[in-house]
Order: sequence, then structure tokens, then C-alpha cells
Amino acid sequence: MVKIHERKFVSADPDKCVGCQICEYICSWTKEKAFNPLKSRIRVVRVNQLANMAVTCRRCEDPPCVAACPRDALTQSEETGTIMVDMDKCNGCGWCIEACDYGAIMLHPETKVVHVCDLCKDEGEPQCVKWCPEEALSVVTSDVLAQKARISAVKKLFQESKEKK
Amino acid sequence: MYGYAGIILHVDLNTGKTHVEKLNEDYAKKYIGGIGLGMRLWLDNSKAGVEPFSPENPLVLALGPISGTMFPTAGNGHAFVSKSPETFAIGEAVAHGTFGAEMKRAGYDAIILKGKSEKPVYLWIDDESIQLLDASHLMGKSPAETEDAIKDDLGDYYIRVAAIGLAGENLSRIACIINEKTRAAGRTGLGAVMGSKNLKAIAVRGTRDIVPAKPDEFMDMVKEFHERMKGPATQKYRTLGTPENVLVHNALHCMPTRNYNNAHFEGADKVSGEALNEKFVAKIIGCSSCAMRCEHEVVVPEGPYKGTMTRMEYETLWAMGPYCGIDRLDTIIKGMELANYYGMDAISAGVIASFAMDCYENGILTQKDLDGIEANFGNSEALLQLLEKMGKREGIGDILAEGVRIAGQKIGKGAEKLAQHIKGLEVTGYDLRCLKTAALGFAVSFRGADHNRHGAYAFDVKGKVDRLKAEKGRGKMVRDMEDTYALIDSFIVCKFSRGTYYKELADMAKLYRLVTGIEMTPEELKKSGERINTVARLINIREGLGRKDDTLPWKVMNMPIPDEGPVKGAFVSQEELNLLLDDYYESRGWTLEGVPKAEKLKEIGMTDLLSIVKGKQEA
Repeated sequence: MVKIHERKFVSADPDKCVGCQICEYICSWTKEKAFNPLKSRIRVVRVNQLANMAVTCRRCEDPPCVAACPRDALTQSEETGTIMVDMDKCNGCGWCIEACDYGAIMLHPETKVVHVCDLCKDEGEPQCVKWCPEEALSVVTSDVLAQKARISAVKKLFQESKEKK
Repeated sequence: MYGYAGIILHVDLNTGKTHVEKLNEDYAKKYIGGIGLGMRLWLDNSKAGVEPFSPENPLVLALGPISGTMFPTAGNGHAFVSKSPETFAIGEAVAHGTFGAEMKRAGYDAIILKGKSEKPVYLWIDDESIQLLDASHLMGKSPAETEDAIKDDLGDYYIRVAAIGLAGENLSRIACIINEKTRAAGRTGLGAVMGSKNLKAIAVRGTRDIVPAKPDEFMDMVKEFHERMKGPATQKYRTLGTPENVLVHNALHCMPTRNYNNAHFEGADKVSGEALNEKFVAKIIGCSSCAMRCEHEVVVPEGPYKGTMTRMEYETLWAMGPYCGIDRLDTIIKGMELANYYGMDAISAGVIASFAMDCYENGILTQKDLDGIEANFGNSEALLQLLEKMGKREGIGDILAEGVRIAGQKIGKGAEKLAQHIKGLEVTGYDLRCLKTAALGFAVSFRGADHNRHGAYAFDVKGKVDRLKAEKGRGKMVRDMEDTYALIDSFIVCKFSRGTYYKELADMAKLYRLVTGIEMTPEELKKSGERINTVARLINIREGLGRKDDTLPWKVMNMPIPDEGPVKGAFVSQEELNLLLDDYYESRGWTLEGVPKAEKLKEIGMTDLLSIVKGKQEA
């Protein structure tokens, strides 16, 4: 089974993400040799001008998408945590889409089967991370995210106590 | 075709009928796309002398060949073209965001809207499905509210929307068309043309792939431009943004202040780009496919306008700030938000408010005329009240919404002289009295007073020429800049990225080739730039404009700069303007009356339009 320190996924820093969609373009280009956000495995959300964030698969523990699939078309790689889609079994019913809390699994507009981020396993590294001009995207584990949050919280605390002195 | 969708959509708003035609490939190469293709299509689809608000005046929406690709900044622009209700000449305005890319994916290079719907409608383009849907529930809503409501109605939050506000519905001649809440096709009043057709919005969803002709070389070029975008060529836009100009222009005494009564603003420090960034800028965001990001989102943190959020750029900041004598950024931000709310060109709205203040200070408009507003320069409250009235066309706002030229004529009593415009379009933030290359560029600009048709101020502001001198040679400088700027707005790429095209036309020609697969040399591209400016000129000639309209605002020619400093006493005399115009026309191969010569039209492959200049070749 994949260990907690190895379950990597692409995460966007909302402070840095500006909603430019370059991740969408490079994803669809990498996967399908076409510019088309509908074929991207990462999608940008702009709630308003100040709130931008790209969202893609989090590679959850006990992924609800896998559990939801009535045709056993989805499986999770024990080695990496990647959600794998059996194109022959998937009929595009969309239960996995409904089950995903992040909207990170999507229906391909032409093949009508679902697609999901695989960290560009054929390219060696996720192209969205490589291309993001803001360095807003990074490959992380939940543990790294927690570490980062802890570090910035402690830094802030010390900064504040310094200022008070 | 690659790059181009190859399809032009016609929509008849009278009947709701639509049809498509193939894009003429000769036009594609000759007029590129965007404003170039848009203006040519407008010319082909209109009759001479058409009234701007007539159903017969087509509203053209055009994209460039690069739209929808991931080339930095190039994927995202769109251009509106029509006869302007402000200038009664060719009107065009470009906006960026994500709308253009979506429309390309829906499969169109251009949409030509004609006629007038009986009831308010919006156009819903869902790939090949085109519908006119009821918009009665959207009337009175701001463009941003309209966008949200349409997304709700259609149940897809990735639909892109360009909409007008109340100003467009009420045929205010300064109405704009706004997409993605803060991006405006701002100038020349095309929102009112849309309103005159009873068309509240255009919503689009496109699902098609965009693929460049030479994918590998294209991606290499994208990679290289991503690096250039992070370099010095775009630094200004990524840091302080265009509001950096406030202190630069002020130091040079070339920032029109209080409706051109001064060229220098004593309160500039308070409204500088530096002050804006320190206190108000909350985030800098980017358009689709852009690797630069320039859009400075500001939020007012405290005070009466707390929470107001909008985008801020130099021109609009200048118009509502220094030009009105106002030194409060929170007011300026609130003013900008109001302009977006009602869907007004924020430059024009600020200039008109300043004009009203000048009329008030000169006793031409009284407090009573102004519905009780004490419209002194520098009065923040007065600015906001005037904007509200303009947006709703209430009281004095009804006259002011006609644009500064018509408002000046209607008010009379010398107000005409206080109306600072060229061809009816309100001035922008460059004092033309002390920037004489810019003065020529503004005078000949086919859409009226505007910096975006040539960028000729750069020679003056950067000290590459003696900015106080009118001399031969400026004509060619303006002409070359116009050709490049026309290409930028036809491709469509972002003007803020212009510095990343190190080899200028050679880089642009390469980009064109790689995306479209159509051969293109820098020389051919230069000719296209010339052709685009020429087609605009031909339209204006057909609509009755000529040399007499290539002029400057009254104060620029009659009121020398009064401020102590480097340019005191500067103005542009009629002799100087004549010299500049002669030089410019000559460099373009036009007659002294500013009419393109027949041999010039032959040289650049425009013999099909010879009829427009027939009988006008003398002199």
C-alpha cells in the first residue's frame, strides 16, 4: 500500500494562483495535443477576481469515486494512489463525478468516459506544475501541506511576539 | 484552416434568423483578424451614412487567428466594431479575458449582428446552436450581475458573457461592453449600439479543439515567450502596473489636470501607482493564457466606500482623479466601480464629469442646472453624483451621457470649448500640448482621441525626440506605430506584451505562420498593418470625415500650459498641426486632404475599394 509520505498530488496555492488557465491549456495539450479546457485534467475556478484556484485530483484515501463506480471501472493504484480508469468498462454514467468532493474527475467531451489527473506519468513530471508562471502549483503530499501550514502558523506567531516586544 | 475557425456567423435580430458564411481566405491574410477583419466586414455589410443607432448599422464581433491557443496573451482578446454613436466614424474597442478564446472554440472568427430585436434578448451561442433568449429579467442589471444571472439560467459556470449595463440600454453614447466583470471593450460607445439592437448580452460556450498548424515549433515559441514574459519587457505591468504613469507624467508636466486647465497635479503623490499598490491593490490576476498578469484588483479597506472592489489602470485613475482635480484614491475606485456598474467607458465618464466641473466653475452650468450638485474641481462627492446621474441618464446626466462633444453643443454658452475631444471621443491622460508626436497620433487616430491607436507618446515621454517640437519625420514615426498597433489589435495580442516581440514584425510574422500555416513575411505583415489603417480611413471618408476632423481639442490649441516648469507656455498651433498632418499624409501616400491615393490602394491590394476615393484625388 502507498505510504502517507508517497501519496503525491498537485495542489494550488490560492494566494499565488491568478486564474490564467495555463495549466488547463498545457494539460489538454500534453494529453490530447489540442488546446481545450474541457479536455484538461485540472480546472481553474474563479469565484471572484480575488479568489482563484486550480483544482485537480487529490488522490484521496478510500477514494469515493472508486467506491461509487457501479461498473468497477475505477481503481486506485496501490503504488502511487493514481485513479485509473478502465476505458472499456466506463460508460460515462457520472456517479464518480457526483461522488468527488473536488470536481476533479470529469467527463471527456468526445470519448464520453471520465478522465482524471495521473501526474503526467508518461512525461516524468506534471506539466501544469512545470509551466505555471506563478509557481502556484506544486506536487505535494497531505503531510507536506500540513507541515507548510504548521511552519507558517509558527512563523506568524513568532513574528507577532517579536512585534509586540 | 488552422488558427482561423473559417466561419463567420450572421445574426439577424429582426427575425432571429442566422446563417454562416466561409471566411474569405484572402481577407484573412490581408486584414488578419480582430479590428482589421472586423472593420473590413463592417464596411462590406453597411451602407454609407448609416445612423449608428439604426438597425442597419452592423455590430461586428471579431477574433484574431491566435485566439484560443495558449500563446501568452494571444488567446484571449476580442474586438467589437461598428459605427460609433460618439464619433459617427468607425468605432472599435478591444477587450481581453477569456471570452475570445471561448468564442473561437465555439467555431467562429466573427459574428455580424444586424437588425433590432422587438424585445430585449441575449444571444446564446452554444457551438453551432444559436438562440436569442428573453432578457427582460436582465434589464437594468449591471454587466456583472447579468453575467451571473445568465450563468445561473443556463446552468454552466464556465460560460463566458459580454454584456451591457443600464448605460447601453439607455443609449448613452459612452456605453461600453463588459466581459468577466472588469474587462471592457470601452471606447467609442459600442455598448449603445448593442443597446439599440435590444441585445443585452452575448453568452458563449465552445467545446472544440484549437490546434496550431505547426505544433512543435509553436510550442517552442510559446516556451520562449513565457521566459520573455517574466523579463524586463513586462516588468512595469507586473509590478506597479500602468498607474506608474501618474508620477512619470506628472514629473514631465504632461498629465492633463482639471479638464486641461493644468498639466501638473499637486496631489499626484496621493493618487500615484505607488500609493495605490501600497494601500489598495489586493491581487494581480491574469487573463486566459497570459504569462504576465497585469490586472490590478483593488479593494477599499476602510471608510465610506469600504469593500469596493474593481480593476484599476492609469487612464481611468487619471480621468476620475487628476483630471477632475480629485486626490482621493477611494473615491476614484468607487467611481471606477460605478462606471463598470452602469457599463460606461470610465475614461470618457471621468472626462465628462471634469467637463461639467469646468462648466460649473465658469458659470456655464449653475448648481440648479446640475440638480443641486456643487461641482467644483476636486469635489469627490460631486464626481460620484455626476457618474450616477450619467449612468441613469437622470437630470443633467441625460445630457452628459451624450458624450462631451454633443453635451457641449447642447449646453452652449462656450461649453463647446471646454469639451476636450477629438472626433467626438473624449481625451486620455497625455497632455498633447507638450507631447507633439502624440498630438499628431491623437489627431489622425481613426477612432478619435486615443493613445491606443499608435502609442506615439512613447517617443515624447521617453525623450527620443524633442517633445515640444513639431517637425518633419514625426509623420513616419506615427505611421509606423499605427501599423504595429493595428496588427496587435488584429492578431489579437495584448499591448502590454508588445515589448516581448524583440524582433517586432518578424516575431509576429513567425507566430502567424506557425498558428495558421499561411505564409507570412514581416514585409507582408507591415502591409497588412498599413491596409488596416487604410480601411479605417476609407470608412471615415465614406462617412464624410476628412482633414478637417484630424484636429486637436480646443484647449490644446488655444490655452498654453500655465504651470511653472519645463513646458510652461506650450501648446500646438494651427501651423504646427498643419505641418504634422502634411508630413503624416505624405508618409502614408495620401493626398493633402488625407485621402489615400489610387496608386497607394493599388500598391497594397485594395483596388476593390477605389470607388470610395473616386473624385477625391485632387490636391
